[in-house]
Amino acid sequence: MNNKVPNNRAWLLVLPMLVLVAFSAIIPLMTVVNYSVQDVLGPNARFFTGTEWFQSMLNDDALQAAFLRQISFSLIILAIQIPLGIGIALIMPKRGWQASAVLILITLPLLIPWNVVGSIWQIFTRGDIGLMGWGLRELGIEYNITRNAGDAWVTIILMDVWHWTPLVAMLCYSGLRSIPEAYYQAARIDRASKWAVFRYIQLPKLTNVLVIAVLLRFMHSFMIYAEPFVLTGGGPGSATTFLSQSLTTMAVGQQDLGPSAAFSLIYFLVILLVSWVFYTTIMNMQKDKPPHGGA
Amino acid sequence: MSWMVWTVPTAIFFSSIAAMLAGMTVWEIMSPTVERKGFLPIATTRGDRLFIGLLSAAFIHLGVIGFTSLSIWIALAVSAVWLLVLMRWG
Repeated sequence: MNNKVPNNRAWLLVLPMLVLVAFSAIIPLMTVVNYSVQDVLGPNARFFTGTEWFQSMLNDDALQAAFLRQISFSLIILAIQIPLGIGIALIMPKRGWQASAVLILITLPLLIPWNVVGSIWQIFTRGDIGLMGWGLRELGIEYNITRNAGDAWVTIILMDVWHWTPLVAMLCYSGLRSIPEAYYQAARIDRASKWAVFRYIQLPKLTNVLVIAVLLRFMHSFMIYAEPFVLTGGGPGSATTFLSQSLTTMAVGQQDLGPSAAFSLIYFLVILLVSWVFYTTIMNMQKDKPPHGGA
Repeated sequence: MSWMVWTVPTAIFFSSIAAMLAGMTVWEIMSPTVERKGFLPIATTRGDRLFIGLLSAAFIHLGVIGFTSLSIWIALAVSAVWLLVLMRWG
């Protein structure tokens, strides 16, 4: 099976990329680490603080609350968007002009920049001029995202589902299109039910794209910033203040570089851990499967 | 380099990481790693185990700093032992 000859000289070809990443990520990250253990007041006035910033960040009530909100948001987003995306991909037309038309329609939300999405929904939900806000008010439903935390949450989740489910659907659609017709023929011979076809053919074949979808959606939603910032500004109160917004307020708004450096490192470590766990789990699920069942 | 506001502890930290990576490269050239299964639930290579060890070391340090009044050196000692155990039996 595997008769490739290992040749480590190929690593030399990665060097240019490594240099680029060093400049764009590694060196800045090292600087963040340096900032996180100091109080930097100016070019010549800095004091070593050791682990103090980390200690205060980990015990900050507002940040802990933002962290829990962030986790809940990402989990809700994944729980809605992944099944919904698979569902949409399953009912999308497979060929002809309908397929192209549906693809274009579905892709549209993905082309809109984050802050514009926020503005669209901000206007859409206004009680006086927004269709949704006005409509709900006319129906006698009390709805106000600037006053009711529940409304704000529902709206942000709706907005994210509208903006990003298409990505999941597109990935699943491409996964579904790559399943050879022979599998379906075999299923028809076995008189397999629709559910059995989905469970034993389509879903296993989708594992690869679902790994990417879950990872992308998790990382995106875990660092969401512009959309809720424009839509609710983190309010009402701090009901929709997510981690990145807390971080921006601290780093850019208040110029607290030391604490925000410590905070971003904790943020980074959490993302690293979750991404690694996701990736390893799913890759191992595939490894354990018999070769004919896996994708 | 002054804009990077280096301190001695962070310089030592990054030097040790760099030394570890260099050491792993030499080790890999001397005797290539074989993926195997230890006490961890997944089969791992040497590099995987180093990564797991370093990542858990980061969280051990955060836990000790944030939620206990123990010295950070205890966190370092625990992490070092954990990393060795992981590299050998993980």
